[in-house]
Amino acid sequence: MTQIDTLISGSTLTAHREVPPVPKGRWLGAYFGTPGNALITILCLGTIFALAKLAIGWLFIDATFSGTPAECKATSGACWPFLSAKMRYIFFGFYPFEEQWRPLTAMLLFLGACLVSMVPKVWGRTLFIAWIAIFLPTLYVLMAGGFFGLTVVPTAQWGGLPLSFMLSFIGLAFALPLGIALALARASSLPAIRILGVSFIEIVRGVPLISILFMATVMLPLFMPDGITVDKLIRAQVAIILFAAAYIAEIVRGGLQAVPKGQVEAGHSLGLHYWQIMRKIVLPQALKKVIPPLVSLFIGFFQDTTLVTIVGLLDFLDTVRTAMRDPQWQGIAVLEGYVFAAVIYFVFSALMGAYSRFLEQYFRTTHD
Amino acid sequence: MPLFYDARIRAYLYQAIAVGIVLLIAWVMFSTASANLAKQDIATGFGFLARQAGFVITETAITYEPTDTIGRAILVGIANTVKVSLLAALLGTILGLLVGIGRLSHNPVLSRLMLAYVEALRNVPLLLYLLLWYSLIISAFPPVKQAIEMLPGVFLSNSGLVMPALHWESGFAALVTALIVAVAAATFAARIIGRRRVVTGKDMPVAAIATLAFFLPIAAALLIANISVAWDVPVLGRFRLSGGYHLRPEFVALLLGLTLSVSANVAEIVRAGIQAVSKGQWEAATALGLSRARTLKLVILPQALRIIIPPLTNTYLTVFKNSSLAIAIGYPDLVMVSNTIMNQTGQAIESIAIFMGVYLGLSILISLVMNWYNAKVALRER
Repeated sequence: MTQIDTLISGSTLTAHREVPPVPKGRWLGAYFGTPGNALITILCLGTIFALAKLAIGWLFIDATFSGTPAECKATSGACWPFLSAKMRYIFFGFYPFEEQWRPLTAMLLFLGACLVSMVPKVWGRTLFIAWIAIFLPTLYVLMAGGFFGLTVVPTAQWGGLPLSFMLSFIGLAFALPLGIALALARASSLPAIRILGVSFIEIVRGVPLISILFMATVMLPLFMPDGITVDKLIRAQVAIILFAAAYIAEIVRGGLQAVPKGQVEAGHSLGLHYWQIMRKIVLPQALKKVIPPLVSLFIGFFQDTTLVTIVGLLDFLDTVRTAMRDPQWQGIAVLEGYVFAAVIYFVFSALMGAYSRFLEQYFRTTHD
Repeated sequence: MPLFYDARIRAYLYQAIAVGIVLLIAWVMFSTASANLAKQDIATGFGFLARQAGFVITETAITYEPTDTIGRAILVGIANTVKVSLLAALLGTILGLLVGIGRLSHNPVLSRLMLAYVEALRNVPLLLYLLLWYSLIISAFPPVKQAIEMLPGVFLSNSGLVMPALHWESGFAALVTALIVAVAAATFAARIIGRRRVVTGKDMPVAAIATLAFFLPIAAALLIANISVAWDVPVLGRFRLSGGYHLRPEFVALLLGLTLSVSANVAEIVRAGIQAVSKGQWEAATALGLSRARTLKLVILPQALRIIIPPLTNTYLTVFKNSSLAIAIGYPDLVMVSNTIMNQTGQAIESIAIFMGVYLGLSILISLVMNWYNAKVALRER
């Protein structure tokens, strides 16, 4: 849109756009301008008040703030003692109790590193190497132990929020290169490679994640030679990586298609071969375009990792569920755990959503 | 080595290597699997489908008894999956359309409330919502023994809503046929009147004629065919309710969760689609004197539809696949039935292959239908 068009549509024409015109300047025109509008406002405010009353009543007024399960049973509101008693189990699962400072440190370190990496100014080779060479090994040593006098903790005891973070983050980190490779395969001019790429992408996208998780946990052991057993956590992780790769491939394909053909032709005329053109010309432009949708996709995968609950891994949602099934609290804390987990998921997802919108603004280099 | 530098020969070489690697992996997996299966004494092949199932399925969209075959049980699972995803897609689309339009309202309270609705649904995992709705239903209502009798014969308890059901003794087929004929007649009448209006400019009361065309076949069927129905009224026993139509909490929780998740996605898609229609269209409609509601219905939505269809297809595919989360709350969908069969027969590979194949096939079917519809509404350019 040219400057003039913007001026016209922005100033003169929009003045006539409202039908019926909102009587501005009158008492709260946008809220009570017309009878219909006033009715909508009143209905919405009524809904908000009813929900707020329900929430405040359950969370605070009728709630039990300290005491035993029996005291919780007597009141109808939220049972806060359940959360405080079960907090460490909910966050860390069966990780040895005295060692739980390790997943806590790992989680804080991870979140800190993520926070720093979110700033576009620090992106670059140094950051990438820092992740591979410093952050990830440190996190692994903290979680698994075996070095520096830390006791070894087998993956079967990992659980809770660190496990959820790990499944989604490692999942995306490995799925990204695989997804790019699949997208390139799908866009390849070699028919056999294209068919292989398309089949993988479409099959994985056509079935639910739960079926791939089932495949990894139930079917895969049958495909393993005798004596070789792969850790259940790793099997689920591989399933998530394969699943994520197919979706990433489709997003990257969109980015590849958005790069003008002239860019490839220019590369050819400079005498570059396929990989040089892809690495130096096409992919940098394509990936820049798809970073915001990739972040949105990551939000989805962070939420989808909850599905490992179904195949028996102790992720954050599963620790919440099992905490509520504790005989001491069963039937007393029915909703508290879910509400708490929902708040945690909401906070992380909403933050990433805000980050995705920020990136969209950041990459808006066109002048319209 | 001049041969190696020939671009065409290298292309063949790369492809041969890629295909070779895939085939090698497949062969290694196949041979180890067959060796393992033979060692563990697990049968192979699809012969188990004809065996008697022997397990109960609580919710059946098509008739099923434990004495039926395993193949029949899988069909029940497919029917249950299709039932819940179709209903969720339908209800979610209607709800999402309203929410999406509400988000674009000029009333700040309404648009913010709708934004909060969408954000609350999109930022929390669907599985968590399903578990939450399920435990809410289970804990909010009394056990069966103290079931609330809301109306005579309608019982509400934590095992669901039980109400009297119509039991067809005869004439069911006649009525279904009449219903199909009625829908066809009404559509046909409306189309003929529409065409007449375009050609001659004369208007006719479309709604009245279509309604008449709809009710005539049904009235005829009621008069001619011998239709007799009986009410199957539930009875409250000591431990359970027997008879009647049973709306189970698993189904309600799953339907609620899926519907809400579809509605949030549809709302976002509708909002983006409406915003993508150029402002000039609003202005032109205003210049013609159309009200805001009529502008939306007659000018904006038909154009927004073109932008909306492809992402909407994705949403429908997603809800269909997400219905597999049913296993977490115990609704017997395809995955849960297959899981039961897997545990019973030990034939994991075949069971998983069947349900993956079904999902893949139905996904492709949904894509085809939606692509056909998309082609129908797409802008016809000369």
